[in-house]
Amino acid sequence: MASTLRVYNKHKTYHRFVSRAGFVKKLDNRIFRCIMCVMRSQDFGQISRLSESFSEDENLEVFRRICFIRYFELKVKEASDKKLIKAPIYLSVGQESVAAALSMVYQQPKIFGQHRCHDVYLAYGGDPVALRDELLHRPTGCAGGMGGSASIHSPKIGMVGHDGLLGTQVPIAVGYALGKDSKEKILSIMGDAALEEDYVMAATAFAAFKKAPILFICLDNNLSVLTEVKVRRHWTATDLAKAFKMSAVEITDDPWLIMRHTAELQQNLPALLNIHVVRHLWHNGTGCDGPPEWDRFQMVKEELARIGLKEKSENIEKKTEEEVALIWQPEFK
Amino acid sequence: MTSAETIREITRKHLKENNGVALGQCLTAVGWVGGTVPEMTVEEGIVELAMADVSGGGIAVGYALAGRRPIYIVRYQGFQWFNAAHIANYAAKSKELWGIPCPLFVRSIGMDGGMGPVASGSHHGMFERMPGVFIVAPMTSGEYRKAWDFFMEHDSPMYVSEHRTSFKIDYEMEDVVHPNADVTLYPISSTRLNAIAAAQELAKEGIAVNIVHLFWLKPFLADERILGPLESSRHGGLIIDGDFENGVAKCIGFDIMRQSSKKIDVLCLEERTAGFAPHLDNLPPTPERIMKKVKELMTRA
Repeated sequence: MASTLRVYNKHKTYHRFVSRAGFVKKLDNRIFRCIMCVMRSQDFGQISRLSESFSEDENLEVFRRICFIRYFELKVKEASDKKLIKAPIYLSVGQESVAAALSMVYQQPKIFGQHRCHDVYLAYGGDPVALRDELLHRPTGCAGGMGGSASIHSPKIGMVGHDGLLGTQVPIAVGYALGKDSKEKILSIMGDAALEEDYVMAATAFAAFKKAPILFICLDNNLSVLTEVKVRRHWTATDLAKAFKMSAVEITDDPWLIMRHTAELQQNLPALLNIHVVRHLWHNGTGCDGPPEWDRFQMVKEELARIGLKEKSENIEKKTEEEVALIWQPEFK
Repeated sequence: MTSAETIREITRKHLKENNGVALGQCLTAVGWVGGTVPEMTVEEGIVELAMADVSGGGIAVGYALAGRRPIYIVRYQGFQWFNAAHIANYAAKSKELWGIPCPLFVRSIGMDGGMGPVASGSHHGMFERMPGVFIVAPMTSGEYRKAWDFFMEHDSPMYVSEHRTSFKIDYEMEDVVHPNADVTLYPISSTRLNAIAAAQELAKEGIAVNIVHLFWLKPFLADERILGPLESSRHGGLIIDGDFENGVAKCIGFDIMRQSSKKIDVLCLEERTAGFAPHLDNLPPTPERIMKKVKELMTRA
């Protein structure tokens, strides 16, 4: 307990925040709760000055993709708030850096995404107009209006549709990986709640056993709708992966950190990357519960400014915002 | 050639010539699933899955998306309560949702009784309510080949409600139609054997029953072969199934009645949970139960 206390004191700033959010009420909870709490932070696993190891082009391109997702999703929010979209929507605002970073390093995979996957679709080059139309219930949508927000797909970028049920993409991705004769890389993305599905665990174990070429990404926002991880389980994603003898890393959603670890992990698939993200808006819809735990978008901008890319990144942001606005302009007339 | 031999040869050919794959739990264990699985290796396409039923179904779906047209073998139909999830909610919807076919051949094997509340009986009714899945219940080699050929010529998932009693059958089953029958029987799966036995006993008492075998369950086509014998039967028809009545039997009964002037009744598993003790078992309708029901229909009419 003494060592736990030391860890706790080291991270007391974070603890103050999470206590306010109801994450940890008392220190006399079991040790694992504190350990799990400590792990979740905006700088967990962060490597100092890592952005400097990437080229200027890479830094600006990953930022451009982050911007595109952010501004696209904000337009989706606007369309929903104006009742142009009538079906449920699952927005990626706040977690843009993950898909953007993955798409920079883990290229041309077969993608098995989840219900919240606009970010992945856009980062990997999915047609934004087709996504817009899908959300607007049109036959020109990427799933002909059948899929809506939760079941988008794009054969062009190798993105397989999701049926909307938690975690089903994982066993299906495993079967696909094992069934393909080629050495096609697979990307299977889930949330921290999906990880708890029994069939997700079993399929992940089978992938490890069969050495299926899959990178499992767990977008860990600490929430299942609004139920926190600590009241659902006492283990972590990396605990699980390691039990299955699979490489696993747990980090925060810093894009450079994601690119660094993805580049390493893809040399030894299957592997799992658990990434702490912050969902700025509700599980479903456009509501907001208050200030986010952290704002990675802002932090990335600050980092780009620190390495001398302030002006260029501001130009990219402005240009991208305008580009997205043009896509949505006809809808807001 | 028995049905088991036919299934085995179809599987062997699929694995050898079509880059096919057969997945399931304990496939290579004693008996190779009643002699229906060829003794081939992992490299040749036999995939032993972990004992995780729900994910197994999902992995099979993934193989289907990869273009392998998997044969997914579920040794007891009762296990479908877990295995069905991805098949019914993903494979069945994929083509309509995204235009991406997800063809897999689900071999689901039933048996009669002796397993208490665990896993026996047929459960094709589970899939009846889901759009996008074909359902067949072959008992003979010829029917099995028809099911397989149809599967290979189309791109939808197919639920094959097998029955262990079919494995030794080495003959085809023809319909039996009398000019002026009393009742027309529509038996499904293993009840076809009991229906034949019941008809023979009823004939000794001067009661003529037609037997129209039901192999293709969904989509169900009430064509002349189905409707003709019923129209000429004095006391209507009876659907007999080894599943519970609130599934395929009632659906088919409704389809037939809607297109005929005669009434249809159903005779299936009793509406109760089976027990392990023999006197608590819940078996498909026996010849005696079928005979009793036929006489009841004749009296009531």
